[in-house]
Amino acid sequence: MSPVSLLILSDGRFPAGGHAHSGGAEAAIAAGRVHDTASLEEFCRGRLSTAGLVAAALAAAAASGHDPLLLDDAADARTPSPALRQVARRLGRQLMRAARAVWPSPDLDRLAAARPAGAHHPVVLGLVARTAGLSPQDAAQAAAYDSVCGPVNAAVRLLGLDPFQATAVLARLSGAIEHTAAQASEHAARLPVDGVDALPAASAPLLDITAEQHATWPVRLFAS
Amino acid sequence: MTAAPPVHPPPDTAPTPHGAYGLHATARITAESAGGATDLPLLDGDGPFSLRRLRSRGTQARVCVLNTMSAPHNGDRLHTEVTVGPGADLHVITAAATIALPGPVPVHATHDLTLRVADHARLHWLPEPLISAAGSDLRQRIRIDLAPTARLVLSEQQILGRPHEPPGRLSTRITLRRDGRTLLDQHNTYGPGAQGWDGPAVLAGNRATGQLLIIDPAYEDHPPEPHHLDTPPAQGVITPLPGPGVLLTAIAPDAGHLQHCLNAALRHLGHHTQ
Repeated sequence: MSPVSLLILSDGRFPAGGHAHSGGAEAAIAAGRVHDTASLEEFCRGRLSTAGLVAAALAAAAASGHDPLLLDDAADARTPSPALRQVARRLGRQLMRAARAVWPSPDLDRLAAARPAGAHHPVVLGLVARTAGLSPQDAAQAAAYDSVCGPVNAAVRLLGLDPFQATAVLARLSGAIEHTAAQASEHAARLPVDGVDALPAASAPLLDITAEQHATWPVRLFAS
Repeated sequence: MTAAPPVHPPPDTAPTPHGAYGLHATARITAESAGGATDLPLLDGDGPFSLRRLRSRGTQARVCVLNTMSAPHNGDRLHTEVTVGPGADLHVITAAATIALPGPVPVHATHDLTLRVADHARLHWLPEPLISAAGSDLRQRIRIDLAPTARLVLSEQQILGRPHEPPGRLSTRITLRRDGRTLLDQHNTYGPGAQGWDGPAVLAGNRATGQLLIIDPAYEDHPPEPHHLDTPPAQGVITPLPGPGVLLTAIAPDAGHLQHCLNAALRHLGHHTQ
């Protein structure tokens, strides 16, 4: 296992297309709910403890070697918004494409063949982490971190926030990210006994409501 | 003949250290189709739940749940089990809002609901809102098992705090399985200790939130389009699930505006609750 693999996978420059997504921040900024670093941080805490926790647990479970197709169905059941299901699959397909070149493996080939339109991003992320020799806990951390990176980067571009202050938000969230990843790993570890119901299903009503609205905007800077 | 679909794994019933102090109660309703009507061979109230049969409407049996004690208080363990047999049609309401209250013991309360609907059967589950009073801590778990041709109309409303008080802690998880496959698993946690629950990603200051869940095999061929409900200050969206069903997700500043949004959703979907 190489900790450098985790740095490569979590790097914003990893060519998997994540930079085009704001994780719901563009809609929240347009509605005036996110307008400064304090409201950005609160947005990120809400996203982290809901969508972030679910993504981290799916990633940890995939990194543990659980059936990715079963996890993909579990992700669908946890994503009532079709706009968000589509985004998750598109991001999953883009990550798959990059990862098959970076860390080629038969496991990735099999999932790509079974889900040609893309599997949910956290499931692919977990399987990629496994392929790269990372642990379930590493995969959970990468997914939890990823769930707040999009909003922070989007806020810099859309609100003109000071990038230093925006990155300080990420640093202040590091304890919460680690806590979320640890919780997610515990959920994933219960999967062999309790089945997929062991995975968290935390949801954020506003993220679901605004995702569908945002998907219909004629002009937007971010894809989600 | 199709029996009621398989049940979920039994809920965790391990006694708590303070279990002896809480109220333990299980209400059971079983509906069966009999000669063009729906019979209720089991209508078994318990503890705070008093069950009243209302006048039937056509083939549909109607039941009202009365909460005849103040419950749940923290520490209570409540169960509700509803089984709708093949071809039966059951409509359940509650007489008043349920208020989750603080209790004498420092542990959360639970209310586990198990709803099973067999083939060609239908369940309307339309309770009044659940109000999370300051200092309360309730975990509600709703497990739904539907046979392939079963139909369901379910609504849930959560009001966070009585007027002018902070909310208690409220967690609601809905898991819906149809023909063994999970179509929806959704868990909402609000109030003290829930990270970011009141922030711009989750409720943004709103104090009322609700779901309307409709499963109908007819949606298999004609899934509804996503639809945004324009009922300010309430906000809601109707989304097609990955299967023959739709979910309304709604938030509002208060119970009245939430109800307005739920009614608009029912009208949009061509359903009525009466």
